Amino acid sequence: MNGKREWMERTYAGAAERPARFSTVSDLEIEPLYTPGDLTGTYDEKLGYPGEYPYTRGVYGSMYRGKLWTMREFAGYGLPADTNARLRFLLEHGQTGLSIAFDMPALMGYDADHERAQGEVGREGVAVSSIHDMLALFDRIPLADVTTSMTINCTASVALAMYLVVAERQGVPWERVAGTIQNDMLKEFIAQREWISPPEPSLRIVTDMIEFCARRVPRWHPVSISGYHIREAGATAVQELAFTIADGICYVEEALRRGLEVDDFAPRLSFFWDLHNDFLEEIAKLRAARRMWARLMKDRFGAKNPRSMMLRTHAQTAGVSLTAQQPLNNVVRVAIQALAGVLGGVQSMHTNSMDETYALPTEEAVTVALRTQQIIAEETGVINTIDPLGGSYAIEALTDRIERDALRYIDHIDELGGMIAAIERGYPQREIAEAAFTYQRQLEQGIKTVVGVNKYQMNDGQRIERLIIDPAIEAAQRERVRQMKQARNGVAVREALQRVGEACRSGENLMDPICEAVRREATLGEISDVFRAEFGVYTDPGWL
Amino acid sequence: MDGRRIRILVAKPGLDGHDRGAKIIARALRDGGFEVIYTGLHQTPEMIAEAAMQEDVDAVGLSVLSGAHMTLFPEVIRMLKERGAADVVVFGGGIIPEDDARQLATLGVKAIFTPGATTEEIIKWVRDNVHPRA
Repeated sequence: MNGKREWMERTYAGAAERPARFSTVSDLEIEPLYTPGDLTGTYDEKLGYPGEYPYTRGVYGSMYRGKLWTMREFAGYGLPADTNARLRFLLEHGQTGLSIAFDMPALMGYDADHERAQGEVGREGVAVSSIHDMLALFDRIPLADVTTSMTINCTASVALAMYLVVAERQGVPWERVAGTIQNDMLKEFIAQREWISPPEPSLRIVTDMIEFCARRVPRWHPVSISGYHIREAGATAVQELAFTIADGICYVEEALRRGLEVDDFAPRLSFFWDLHNDFLEEIAKLRAARRMWARLMKDRFGAKNPRSMMLRTHAQTAGVSLTAQQPLNNVVRVAIQALAGVLGGVQSMHTNSMDETYALPTEEAVTVALRTQQIIAEETGVINTIDPLGGSYAIEALTDRIERDALRYIDHIDELGGMIAAIERGYPQREIAEAAFTYQRQLEQGIKTVVGVNKYQMNDGQRIERLIIDPAIEAAQRERVRQMKQARNGVAVREALQRVGEACRSGENLMDPICEAVRREATLGEISDVFRAEFGVYTDPGWL
Repeated sequence: MDGRRIRILVAKPGLDGHDRGAKIIARALRDGGFEVIYTGLHQTPEMIAEAAMQEDVDAVGLSVLSGAHMTLFPEVIRMLKERGAADVVVFGGGIIPEDDARQLATLGVKAIFTPGATTEEIIKWVRDNVHPRA
């Protein structure tokens, strides 16, 4: 069928077209119309049914008719007790899962009393240096009844160990502990850029955690393969998809090399995507991701368990799309992005708050963000039928296009020798920087629009309330950590840290020695120092 | 003016890894005709001051998105002064609320660019406000 070309000549060519560039936010050109002639392949091979291979239409048979997505607002600031209060506030207001933001020192492997922590303690997330902080963070939150997501990477092994020790203290067996830890070190080198040691040993720690969880903490997702930060760093939708799936391939290969069977760990791999402004592109991206992963797991890795083929995902609206100018407009952006997430079939979601270009969100702003998800779930009706946009000519054509372009990138990364080799050459890093620069230029040339920033500006910007982090928090936390270090049994700590060092050298799984070190009150910074000593320190090559 | 090209150090102090802005600015300044040195991430104020001396730069552009700007910006200025380089122009950008920007101005930060600033605007500001050091 190719009536489209005739229609283009017959009718469209004579109709008026504005002198605009009709392309997605990632600059994929979009055709004026999609028709059945744009579709390829059969329904069964391309789409199939929800809960069935290749999962294009959704990973679960009943999708949101069975269970709504988990509404999971990312929270963390100040002292552990401050964040504990915010977490309990969110649970009381209908949030269904927890999501912890740690401060920069915790994310980079420094205790609050370290020189490099100066000015950063409790600012971008909650300050956590030792098991005592983690106990305070989850005070009166029963770990048997919640699922927790922790956004932490190069120190993820320590954070998971702390969480497991909190579970022990609450009398919750590890088999019952459920949640996700981000722990995606590959995307750190590519985009988010929080690291301690070079890529190879970083990947080894991730693989230790995949192995450990597969055997001992079976309900835990040991890595959340993340496109979010790649996109936020400036990647296009296709790059986000391609680099993230390529990271997933690398983790699977490493775990297989470790001697695990693919179906032993793959069902616990989960994903994390960005939800940007371009509505159709984002929906297509999420659908393409599911189909690509299912096919890869089946064909390339020989998975037999359907759960190994299901790409289950968290998603977050695009922080980078929010504007400091006219900040109330952000509520609208977030609503549209979140709707794309739901139409794209995500399993859990964080909606950003309108004030996040200024600071961490206020309680009022975070409530609006949570309510946005509840309105989509309970007022709009989009959850009534599964994959309601499936079969749309435009959505299917875009899904195919994004998949095809992403596969081309993945082939290239395979040719380079896999993701570690690609990272060492700076390949994904440079691709992203290039895309970010191109987008900035398009903004400045007015080819792309950001309302309130390069169009429809207003001089007197709307001012909104802002969360202020009390500088006294840093001093308090520093003192807390110092006192704890003085009061504990120094010999027991030293022995435990030596054991971690031995495991680094011998190749034994690191998680048991780290758990023991945490029990003995060794700190996150001290365990990170062992990594620095044993594995070396990675420094930014500073590529532009 | 001696006709020497203006040299600028673009630096990322602190622990956060948000380098999208810094890299875009570095590249735009280079395209704008300046000599640009980019430090890469996770620099201490001391590392930045040292690099500024070694590279003999006329200005330092700091990018912070972690909320630690009130600690890190003044520290860089103090360390430049200690090294007898108080005339190096310090400017910056990031997630920096207006009240903080005003306070930083009194501490010697010559300009703060916040989200929405264009590369063109920043290039123009550098052209007008940074001159080769004597």
